[in-house]
Amino acid sequence: MAALGPENGPAPTSETLAAGTTQPQAAAVAGSGVIATMNTGLVDAGFWRRFVRRRPMAALILQRLGLSVGLLFAVSLMIFGGVEALPGDFATTYLGQSATPQAVENIRKDLGLDRPVTERYFSWLGHALQGDFGTSWASRNSVSEQIGKRLGNSLFLAFFAALISVPLAICLGMLAVQFRNRLPDKIINVVSLAAISLPEFFVGYILIVFFAVKWGVATFPATVYDSMGFMERLSAIALPVATLVLVVLAHMMRMTRAAILNVMSSAYVETAELKGLGAFRIIARHAAPNAVAPVINVVALNLAYLVVGVVVVEVVFVYPGMGQYMVDAVTVRDMPVVQACGLIFAAFYIFLNMAADILAIMANPRLRHPR
Amino acid sequence: MSDYKNFLTSQVTLGKMNRREFMGRAAAFGIAATAAGTLFSESAMAQEPKRGGHLKLGLEGGSATDSNDPAKFLSQVMFCIGRCWGDMLVESEPLTGKPVPALAESWEPSADAATWTFNIRKGVKFHDGKELTIDDVVKTLQRHTDEKSESGALGVMKSIKGIKADGDKLVLVLTEGNADLPLLLTDYHLVIQPGGGYDNPTAGIGTGPYKLSSFEPGVRATFEKNADDWRTDRGFVDSIEIINMNDATARIAALSSGQVHYINRVDPKTVNLLKKAPNVEILSTSGRGHYVFIMHCNTAPFDNNDLRLALKYAMDRETMVQKILGGYGKVGNDFPINSTYALFPEGIEQRAYDPDKAAFHYKKSGHSGSVLLRTSDVAFPGAVDAAVLYQESAKKAGIEIEVKREPGDGYWSNVWNVQPFSTSYWGGRPTQDQMYSTAYLSTADWNDTRFLRPDFDKILLEARSELDENKRKDMYRTMAMMVRDEGGLILPMFNDFVNACGKNVKGYVHDIGNDMSNGYVATRVWLDA
Repeated sequence: MAALGPENGPAPTSETLAAGTTQPQAAAVAGSGVIATMNTGLVDAGFWRRFVRRRPMAALILQRLGLSVGLLFAVSLMIFGGVEALPGDFATTYLGQSATPQAVENIRKDLGLDRPVTERYFSWLGHALQGDFGTSWASRNSVSEQIGKRLGNSLFLAFFAALISVPLAICLGMLAVQFRNRLPDKIINVVSLAAISLPEFFVGYILIVFFAVKWGVATFPATVYDSMGFMERLSAIALPVATLVLVVLAHMMRMTRAAILNVMSSAYVETAELKGLGAFRIIARHAAPNAVAPVINVVALNLAYLVVGVVVVEVVFVYPGMGQYMVDAVTVRDMPVVQACGLIFAAFYIFLNMAADILAIMANPRLRHPR
Repeated sequence: MSDYKNFLTSQVTLGKMNRREFMGRAAAFGIAATAAGTLFSESAMAQEPKRGGHLKLGLEGGSATDSNDPAKFLSQVMFCIGRCWGDMLVESEPLTGKPVPALAESWEPSADAATWTFNIRKGVKFHDGKELTIDDVVKTLQRHTDEKSESGALGVMKSIKGIKADGDKLVLVLTEGNADLPLLLTDYHLVIQPGGGYDNPTAGIGTGPYKLSSFEPGVRATFEKNADDWRTDRGFVDSIEIINMNDATARIAALSSGQVHYINRVDPKTVNLLKKAPNVEILSTSGRGHYVFIMHCNTAPFDNNDLRLALKYAMDRETMVQKILGGYGKVGNDFPINSTYALFPEGIEQRAYDPDKAAFHYKKSGHSGSVLLRTSDVAFPGAVDAAVLYQESAKKAGIEIEVKREPGDGYWSNVWNVQPFSTSYWGGRPTQDQMYSTAYLSTADWNDTRFLRPDFDKILLEARSELDENKRKDMYRTMAMMVRDEGGLILPMFNDFVNACGKNVKGYVHDIGNDMSNGYVATRVWLDA
């Protein structure tokens, strides 16, 4: 999970900035190609071409949605194959050291693990397509119901972390540009770099030691449960939110700073200045549309990370989110749960990336008409 | 003498001395062990339990895949949860490990110990208000033993071939005589459920001191006091909250900040730091669990007893206890029994680290080249470090050990009991017989040293139905010597159960049966305001 963290995102250099702006374009081109060929057999090719010309945004969204379904299907296949390839099946790993041959045999028979792989996959797929993700093999509870709770918790945490970190990062980024190469810029840079360099569990432990153990002002553990009130929940997630903010802040902040600086030093901004345009008009009409795409991309990447990649923070703060749920399930090869979690994670990534691309295109008309 | 005895007793009453210190000092003063044991429990009880309060436990070992079906109890957390809402037929006495009545009031064996009759307690109510009947008992035991059973107690129950009701009494017929049968029924899977739990195994309805009010696997469980509890000497707090905390640092932080009252599995590496915290008390209980290095006696090169002996002598046990257990444990002697078991064979010479003897046997074995040892951190805490320590001590005897670190994921299904030389752990069993039958009988599923000895099997079966204790003890000595000198087991250490609680937690019972006061911690302690 941790590998999905912001560390793997594009580094805030001018090369990747350029790549960032062209990425959606390239993807859109590739996407339209695939969908167009896919659709030729089904829909009249001429109609599709006209539709693309008349409503480029709607066509793009449709293409992306179609691709997403295909991607999700591929993901489910990969997860199934991956879990199958892991040594040991559910019966042996669940019972662990206390497995007896008869109990293993009984569990296999009960769950139908003795059936062939393909048959099991298609029976799962059939049910999943009807919205039935089955019951967990281990706890025998409904997967949808359990995931509903866990996903709710994860989103709750991610929402508040994003609510604080995104505006803060962008403001700090602007501030850094304003005071470029002066003291405030340097302080912001050093502090945010330090925060991103520390592993998240370490940041978590430090916060726990001071705020929970030494001063006793924060709630710990951050366990949330059904009967908890909204304010109680907020107080419970204070420390994990603070940790997450520290972890994702620097990445977005530096990207914002780099993107704005990059655009401000480009030739057309200089031209606009020489033309005698006002500073506000330059930023609003010329600079912002070009700077916003990479910022949106890095924000989307970090949002996705906040939802699917925070298992370490969940463990440290004893927070019942999706990450821990999926790790527990993988440990015992609880296939229905692993599948459902994997699909949700994949869907989040796909959705957020799609949203980032669409927003970037809306912000920058140049990207709307790929040549 | 009586003054000193009074002093010791008062120390216990004040909570300043735990059982081990008490026993040690009492023994030094010449108070016989049994007398000291009674003295301790009397003085521990002399402290009047306070009722009320909300007890919070932060426990490791639960996961989102936990099931509240007692047949599927596997994790530490479920072990503890089950003990809160349910009862077995028999419990074990904390200090001696002897069987004591629970839902079974009394029992009687036949002359050959092959048929046992249990009187079931009357007037006990389940949490749903129904009265406990003999039918519930029979059905529960059947659910754990029938041909469709997925129960973790299946191995324990194998020797029971007939379960039936005789009027109000339960009659168990065994495949062969077993003098220790009541102790088998203390297994934590065998929670008596209404209708045997066939209809709704995960309902959490039992006869225990607490009613389950919410349960979220891998997150939290909460309990309310069962007002109709049939026992008055347990269940002191009003409500319990068990929080799943799988991170060792999180548990320590939660305890030292006073957010929970009790945590399990304190890491031996940090226990000395935690000891310094002002409001924390370390609870260390000697037990029967042990960490092992196991060789398959039927697989080359370990089919050579000289090589096995060489590897046994090459183990530096004292260093293991100090470095891996932080001193919270005892050295082992290459047989799986220690003095907490009834009929422990005393006076067997302690095997010590002896590079010369190891080198001698190694040379005699004619083996050359390195020996491959597989290990993983899931085998036991610090298993990889232990393997490396072992590698070093063996090197001094001229034996080269290659340590291979295996992934923790799937270790129990792919390495343990599969590969010829690996690290592992064993929890204790209630009796010597059960320990040997589980892992050293030729036909046992978990014979993880491939110890295939018909002569051993024969003595084991004879001892099982032998009602003369002296004869039995002699048999257990013979068996211990066979495993120690000819078996594939290297047992460097018995680990203590190291837990910790806040200073306001009173009445903790150090139970040799298993970790966390044999799972009964929440039902036995009370909170001192």
